[in-house]
Amino acid sequence: MNIWHYGNDINTDMLFPGKYTYTCSTPDEIRPHLLEDLDPTFADGVQSGDVILAGKNFGCGSSREQPALGLRSVGVAAVVAVGFARIFYRAAINQGLLLIECPDAVAAYKDGDTVELDVDNARIIIGGKAFSFPTLPPEILAIREAGGLLAYTRKRLAKG
Amino acid sequence: MGQTFAQKILAKAGGHDSVAVGQIVTVKPAHLLTHDNTAAIIGKIGDELDTYGVIRPDLSIIVLDHVTPAANEKTATGHKNIREFVAKHKIEHFYDIGEGICHQVVVERGLARPGMIIVGSDSHTCSYGAVGVFSTGIDRTEAASLMLTGETWLKVPPTIRVTLRGRFRPGVGAKDLILRIIGDISADGAGYQAVEFHGDIGNLSVAERFTIANMGIEMGAKIAAFPVDAKAEAYLEQAGVSRDGYEPVWADGDAEYVRELEYDLDALEPVIAKPHTVDNVCPVGEVVGTEINQCLLGTCTNGRLNDLHEATAILKGKRISPKVRLLVLPASRAVYEAATADGTLLALSKAGATILPPGCGPCLGAHQGVLAPGEACLSTANRNFKGRMGCKEAEIYLGSPATVAASALHGKITDPRDRS
Repeated sequence: MNIWHYGNDINTDMLFPGKYTYTCSTPDEIRPHLLEDLDPTFADGVQSGDVILAGKNFGCGSSREQPALGLRSVGVAAVVAVGFARIFYRAAINQGLLLIECPDAVAAYKDGDTVELDVDNARIIIGGKAFSFPTLPPEILAIREAGGLLAYTRKRLAKG
Repeated sequence: MGQTFAQKILAKAGGHDSVAVGQIVTVKPAHLLTHDNTAAIIGKIGDELDTYGVIRPDLSIIVLDHVTPAANEKTATGHKNIREFVAKHKIEHFYDIGEGICHQVVVERGLARPGMIIVGSDSHTCSYGAVGVFSTGIDRTEAASLMLTGETWLKVPPTIRVTLRGRFRPGVGAKDLILRIIGDISADGAGYQAVEFHGDIGNLSVAERFTIANMGIEMGAKIAAFPVDAKAEAYLEQAGVSRDGYEPVWADGDAEYVRELEYDLDALEPVIAKPHTVDNVCPVGEVVGTEINQCLLGTCTNGRLNDLHEATAILKGKRISPKVRLLVLPASRAVYEAATADGTLLALSKAGATILPPGCGPCLGAHQGVLAPGEACLSTANRNFKGRMGCKEAEIYLGSPATVAASALHGKITDPRDRS
């Protein structure tokens, strides 16, 4: 598992440049440009199960779901941050991407530390030390657990 | 205890007497705004649209503005798919290329009415707080779901109360105020929160309120709202919305706030947001003399007639520096026509400006004024992120229309109060 460690205010232009927003919308189109202007090594290096650690206000800026869709589709297990911008936060729920808001865990992380997710118990273990993180309200968790909002909506529509 | 604007709107929408901060409320928004991204949105739900159709043909407002006219085959195909969708599903509120930037169109055409909830798959949907609307950004997938179901969820936010006192001095404007606030409280200073503006609101035009509400998202805000006063009523009236067509909502006097701020407009000075974050704000004096290659006057933040007038007052009869390109984009067809009729665009053109069609233009870096490595741009837009204008090795500074105009004359960042 790789840990990708970034700073504060990582905006959606850094996660996925605006110039591609009307030409790339599928996971295959998105992948080569993921984090392009932030970390050119990410798109080639990311592997399923990797974790992103970041500071405050992760995902600020434009409404742009390609980062949430892209990170989920390449198998990022979670983004752990001091805080998230609200549109990105919703986009992640809607794509089924796990976001963990846990300032203490981010502060505790040192290069080389192991990172272990214990989602069932809402805990993240950094270098052997466990931190609890807040969970979503049940009605919102249901969206993420359905695999994202469209899967959730399809089920609702099918029920009539 | 009284309720905030956000609490009152969300309580009513959810069918509750009152709501508490943190409560999740199911809402049926009056409108759903989407733009060029409608192509990707409907692409997600083709089968469902065939089976169920759209929930309401009057829910969607679709405005083509982001890459218009189409820049390449892919964006052209997106526009074509949107036009076909609009015809097939009899979408009532569709505005094709050339009508303007979505947020300007929504307000100008009277689609945003006080007391409404409007959501949009664009972060600057918060703009309609200028006329007392609870409006906020969502993502494409949520927009797709809304087209089918007409409902979504919102969490009741805590609210910051900002009290404004006095009036702007010459050379200082709404852009300077909102940049100052963002610089003070930071890019996430209002994260997950609502912002209400109180005080001497009557000293601000609706256009100035629009500029301020528009940038609420740049401090992380869910909404940024103004009360509906006589000026707002008059604006709405000329937009075709009569006073009996809406019920304004505003905070109770004893509502509870998470934070209170106060700004003295008389004491403000022109400011600049330096690369690469919007909260990297300094007085213009700190960066005076910084050489720039391009100036942008326009966008949903500062592309209205008052903004063009402010710039023209500085540029009329003069000539911009040969070292700089000045791009001007009126925010809508109505602004374009008014600025044509009163000679504003002619004056700007004679000063050396390049006039572009109404739309988002180079703001998001897709076309019409992309920067080269090593270049710097001073823009009236709302974002200066690295790569925003299409090149990650370029620098973007943000300022007011007056600062942009004064700087275009000299080819370097200039204090607009210095008319030498």
